[in-house]
Amino acid sequence: MGKLGFSITLRWNWLWCAALLIGLPQPSFAGASTTPDMALVAKGEYLARAGDCIACHTTPGDKLFAGGRPMLTPFGTLYTSNITPDPETGIGNWTADQFYGAMHTGRFPDGGLMYPAMPFGSYTKVTRADSDAIFAYLKTIPPVHRANRPHDLDFPYNNRSLILGWRTLYFNEGTYKPDPSKSADWNRGAYLVEGLGHCAMCHTAINALGGSSESEAFQGGLIPMQKWYAPSLTSNKEAGLGDWSIEDISDLLRTGISRHGAVYGPMAEVVYNSLQYLSSDDIRAMAVYLKSLGEGGPPQANAPALPTDVSSLLMSLGRTVYEARCASCHGSDGAGKPPKYPPLAGNQSIEMQSAVNPTRMVLNGGFPPGTQGNPYPYGMPPFAQLLSDDEVAAVVTYIRQAWGNRGTPISSQQANELRSAPLN
Amino acid sequence: MMKQGLSFAIFAWAFACATLGWAQDRNPVAERVLACASCHGAQGQGTSDVYFPRLAGKPAGYLFHQLVAFRDKRRKYPPMNYLLEYQPDASLKQMADYFAAQSPPLPPAAIPTVSNDVLERGKTLVTQGDPQRGIPACARCHGPSFTGMEPAIPGLLGLRARYIAAQLGAWRYGTRTAIAPDCMQIVAGHLTEADVTAVAAWLSSLPAPANASPAPQGSWAMPLKCGSEPN
Repeated sequence: MGKLGFSITLRWNWLWCAALLIGLPQPSFAGASTTPDMALVAKGEYLARAGDCIACHTTPGDKLFAGGRPMLTPFGTLYTSNITPDPETGIGNWTADQFYGAMHTGRFPDGGLMYPAMPFGSYTKVTRADSDAIFAYLKTIPPVHRANRPHDLDFPYNNRSLILGWRTLYFNEGTYKPDPSKSADWNRGAYLVEGLGHCAMCHTAINALGGSSESEAFQGGLIPMQKWYAPSLTSNKEAGLGDWSIEDISDLLRTGISRHGAVYGPMAEVVYNSLQYLSSDDIRAMAVYLKSLGEGGPPQANAPALPTDVSSLLMSLGRTVYEARCASCHGSDGAGKPPKYPPLAGNQSIEMQSAVNPTRMVLNGGFPPGTQGNPYPYGMPPFAQLLSDDEVAAVVTYIRQAWGNRGTPISSQQANELRSAPLN
Repeated sequence: MMKQGLSFAIFAWAFACATLGWAQDRNPVAERVLACASCHGAQGQGTSDVYFPRLAGKPAGYLFHQLVAFRDKRRKYPPMNYLLEYQPDASLKQMADYFAAQSPPLPPAAIPTVSNDVLERGKTLVTQGDPQRGIPACARCHGPSFTGMEPAIPGLLGLRARYIAAQLGAWRYGTRTAIAPDCMQIVAGHLTEADVTAVAAWLSSLPAPANASPAPQGSWAMPLKCGSEPN
């Protein structure tokens, strides 16, 4: 199941939120305890949700924001930092200025450089007031005394001075500047998507240096290490939302399901930990902005003229597999039973150029996230243990080309390679 | 007129059947857990794969604990960890309740592939334990006919030897853990590999009892304190 792949999050699973504290112990200014401003704290909690800090800074099943979560990267393994208010091992001795410095410039209080796994390239757009609110909230969570684990990076990436070069190429410091020609909704949406939401971390292609170019913003790419494809948000052939209504986009972001499909893979994490908690106004604003990204794209192409002999064979085997395994939920006509079982006909996530996501869904199955708007999701079974590589290739080819879908065939070798993709 | 009445009756009958069938098909929880069926069977009866366990009729508390443990990675098996990663407790509870309420027949007992000596050793360990090595009999917690006990002690029937052996191994190596005090980890820690083979072979050879339902809570005293089961 899980169709519209709109996978933001863990693309930079590896580069994201890693922040190793290498500074000297900071002098404590927090001697006199003051009563926190509860309205500010509540706002900060909300914004921390919008920033999905928990995804990296909390190890699943462990203490909130105590860090230590390993982030596999092509450069080695990073371990996320403890951002609880523990004075020795967390950020208990930081000031609001220092916290803003980290968010806005990607530097530790002692001036040391953060690895760009911490999405300071996006967080730099966050306003000072919002940063202060998040900091006020983090000060109120239970402190956890746990030293940060040193990163385990390969040579030469263990040399932090390389980050300077990376920053020169890819980092543009600066708070979000509203576009006066656009609506308030659009600007609020852009602020959330480009800033705290750090959607570009996954939805913009990453090059060999772990950087992404602004001119390719939101054009999609394969998430390193995770082997999920983060589709383009600008092309309506992928996850571009230009053809969707604001209501459908909002449903997908907030509940994880919609008439057109469901979130899955890394995007399920984003909805589960972050988007389901946002206000309907903010979700709507994000929808307005996201829809505008997908507008003006090229019109949808028609199905390619079929087929070579090989893809004919694939299609006929694929149809057999489909009728036996898939049609009872997704229908012989591919219409599905939305929102429980997503449609496959005309589903951007099935048809898009990369076949990685539909292939992985067939192999691994999946549930959309359980959210307030969809507390009991319907799931798709894994088929890795039941289908051969040929059958997987055939059924994926079938759903990508049946019913007028315009996807390309996949080979059994491609199907086989994805059997070893990491599951978490 | 009569013909009309007859066709109406046939129509009504067909409609009623279709509606009933539809209603049955649309049991929302059964539909939700179709994702589990390809490995565990639609009613949780198990499939031909010997490593995938039967879920049907196990106590709901036990099943819920396992689902939570997979989600939180206390029990490690990547395909399950992945599937449950973003499911809140209520969603997992509904799945657990569904499979606990199913009662498809138990599969026929396995024909042992080990020697009689090994089988005998398995029987002794399972029914009497080995007090000198600190191993309680399986029956002390899992019940005299191994049906388990509400709310969280699983039955041991209808499981294949390879699954049982793999789980005891997982406890010994720490890839399967339960709420502390994790009594199964303590027990499994005392077992040798030969013990595991013997226990798994004998348990999987047991025939189904007349009543395979778990015993009510508190039916017997637990020999040791377990975090999963109230004592």
